[in-house]
Amino acid sequence: MSTQDVLLSIRDLKIEGKSGDDWLPIVNGVDLTLHRGEVLGLIGESGAGKSTIGLAAMGFARDGCRISGGTIDFDGIDLRRASREQLRRLHGKRIAYVAQSAAASFNPAHRLMEQYCEAPVRHGVMSRSEAERDAVDLYRKIRLPDPEGIGFRYPHQVSGGQLQRAMTAMAMSCRPDLIIFDEPTTALDVTTQIEVLAAIRDIVEQFGTAAIYITHDLAVVAQMADRIKILLRGDEIEEADTREMLAAPKHDYTRSLWAVRAFQRPEQPAPKGAPVVSLRNVSASYGKVPVLDNISFDIHPRRTVAVVGESGSGKSTAARVITGLLPPTRGEVLFEGDALPPDYRKRTREQLRNAQMIYQMADTALNPKLPIRRIIGRPAQMYLGLNGRALTERIRELLHLIELEPDEYIDRLPSELSGGQKQRIGIARALAAEPRFIICDEVTSALDQIVAEGILRLLDRLQGAFDLAYMFITHDLATVRAIADDVVVMQKGRVVEQGPKPEMFAPPHEPYTELLLSSVPEMDPDWLSRLLEERRHKDLPQGAEK
Amino acid sequence: MGTLIVLFWIAVALGVAIAAAWGFRALAAALTRGELHRALRDAPLTASFGMMVILIYLVIALLAPVIAPFPERMVVGSQFMPWSSVNWLGTDALGRDMFSRMVYGTRNTVGIAFATTLLAFLIGSVLGLLAATVGGLLDQGLSRLVDVLMAIPSLIFALLLLTIFGTSILTLILVIAVIDSTRVFRLARAVGEGVVVMDYIEAARLRGEGLVYLITREILPNVTAPLVAEFGLRFCFVFLSISALSFLGLGIQPPTADWGSMVRENATLITFGDVTPLLPAGAIALLTVAVNFVVDWQLYRASGLKE
Repeated sequence: MSTQDVLLSIRDLKIEGKSGDDWLPIVNGVDLTLHRGEVLGLIGESGAGKSTIGLAAMGFARDGCRISGGTIDFDGIDLRRASREQLRRLHGKRIAYVAQSAAASFNPAHRLMEQYCEAPVRHGVMSRSEAERDAVDLYRKIRLPDPEGIGFRYPHQVSGGQLQRAMTAMAMSCRPDLIIFDEPTTALDVTTQIEVLAAIRDIVEQFGTAAIYITHDLAVVAQMADRIKILLRGDEIEEADTREMLAAPKHDYTRSLWAVRAFQRPEQPAPKGAPVVSLRNVSASYGKVPVLDNISFDIHPRRTVAVVGESGSGKSTAARVITGLLPPTRGEVLFEGDALPPDYRKRTREQLRNAQMIYQMADTALNPKLPIRRIIGRPAQMYLGLNGRALTERIRELLHLIELEPDEYIDRLPSELSGGQKQRIGIARALAAEPRFIICDEVTSALDQIVAEGILRLLDRLQGAFDLAYMFITHDLATVRAIADDVVVMQKGRVVEQGPKPEMFAPPHEPYTELLLSSVPEMDPDWLSRLLEERRHKDLPQGAEK
Repeated sequence: MGTLIVLFWIAVALGVAIAAAWGFRALAAALTRGELHRALRDAPLTASFGMMVILIYLVIALLAPVIAPFPERMVVGSQFMPWSSVNWLGTDALGRDMFSRMVYGTRNTVGIAFATTLLAFLIGSVLGLLAATVGGLLDQGLSRLVDVLMAIPSLIFALLLLTIFGTSILTLILVIAVIDSTRVFRLARAVGEGVVVMDYIEAARLRGEGLVYLITREILPNVTAPLVAEFGLRFCFVFLSISALSFLGLGIQPPTADWGSMVRENATLITFGDVTPLLPAGAIALLTVAVNFVVDWQLYRASGLKE
């Protein structure tokens, strides 16, 4: 490509963030060149600076950050020198941004159409009625259901996947030259993710828009990007065309990224003896809304049962029934053969101790005002009656188990830990009760892949060491493949299919299991196109959005 | 000419206040270490001015018998004597030393206001957090009761209760504390409900923790910031309602010195162009402003500095 095609050129970009009184480097001298109509994938684990670079491409630095060096040249405009007024004219019109959480980015008080029309009308690109016609047109192009009517709904009346697509359409409203996608599908489950990916790709191709696609999921970026740039702690590791990068990664770090999905624990022997936890014909409802319909499955000692399904399938509700937070309307939960009282308040301390839980969001699962010592120490003190020196010893032992240095971490607050470390503390808190059974509710879905893999390996090791039974709730089939022994597939509150993992991953499948399995992105850059083609042929339902 | 002189004195007062606040901040920062040191060093001038004023009031309240030249209730001369080297601020309607009564008033008014606010917070936050944690019928019952109490204008309600129960200092404290605790209840319940839905509370419940542990160890540390901020504001309101009640004759009873009733007793002097009766009012205003400066700073810290 000739140099005249260059749309965005970043040279030696340095960005610093404020920490206490000091400025610490976040990005140390990254170069980036983007041609018109090209899609560049930015990959890295959390803290790699990928979102920061994405925002810098708009000439913007977050609060507490500053662009301290380098040049950002967008189509002949120096964004670092540009005035606020100049930037305001560019943003939304020539450079658009699609954020990770569409739900948090839309204003809940206005209808979608109003928010769509805002940019084109204010930038003077279109009149209000033109913008509305254009919106319907774009909504149709990205295959939103009811394109004429959907614009008149409020954000909360639209599902997450649809909202993310509406956001993409909104970013397109002024036909910008550049769109920055910041993890647009990370919060979505696999079946929904495909819809959004297909919509984004279609629309970017149709309008020849250049894009920066930020993600930590390699398989996703392989579908979307022409070129991939890999970042690690603010430095560029390597950059190459997508196919070349996938075929022959040069750098060790890149290869380690590739290898993440390779973790698979050895097959466990078939279950012996009685199950630890059994659900017997459990039905449950929130008020009058039924959420679980006649669910039965067993969890054996030393085995991991993965409960899979998209959001709203009832997998977390099943966990709430087991823990006693939601008494079932029918059926019962057995623990080692004995029925548990349906309400947790009626359970004995011993029954509570034996079933522990690890949460998805470690941020909300750990009390931000308590030091690690108290968070981990409390269950040990309460259930096992440890105190004083014995308690401290036990806390140190637990920290060792989760591979955190006791002296360094014991008196920290949760806010002084990284996401992965917080999740490890969540695990230690569950272990401190010395339970027989642990429910892991999406424990890795908020973490990037390398950190997530570390957590999975840790859980696996602990299971062997303490004879634990796990119930692993997830929507990520890669995780299931890595850690599960048995799989329970749920949809709309029912168990669609269940059995040992090898059986579940081999055909024939139930149609819904098939849909889930085929929706997991693969590293092959042609995967998405091929899959969409196949689905069009088979006329399978496209996703299962509510 | 007259306005110019007034403007000049306002400018001087402002300058002195700023210089004093700056000096106080430097001194406070020099005397402290660690977290507190950093907080004080970065405090805005308004906040350090507020802290300085509160500290001065505190010292006066504690050392009242040492500072005041005359006892609180002693008649030292004739009525309404002008300012002199003996009676610095003159005498009041009964011939008692005005300055001494101002000093003792600090102790009474501020002390009672503080005790009242403390009690209001004890009642309000315990019940509010209890309602948020237990929920259900208890929450409904308490919240509706509070709604009913809040529907009656607080000053009128206080007047009503004080006429029923009589006007002793104890009933005064109790009545104002109960009325003000309804406001604290609303805040504690609202903030508490935001915390109760967190996963760590669920985890604690599933661990089998009792209500007391849940509220004191898990919830309370997460609601202290807004409660402390509210404490400062509430203190001002309590202060003002005590003064208002005293002015109306149902608050602190004579001969106990108190700023509110001092304004009332000496109000006639104002018609003669004497500013003395306004001094207690000024003392109230100054403390109110000072407390609000500090509260604003605390609110800013609670909201802005989430690490």
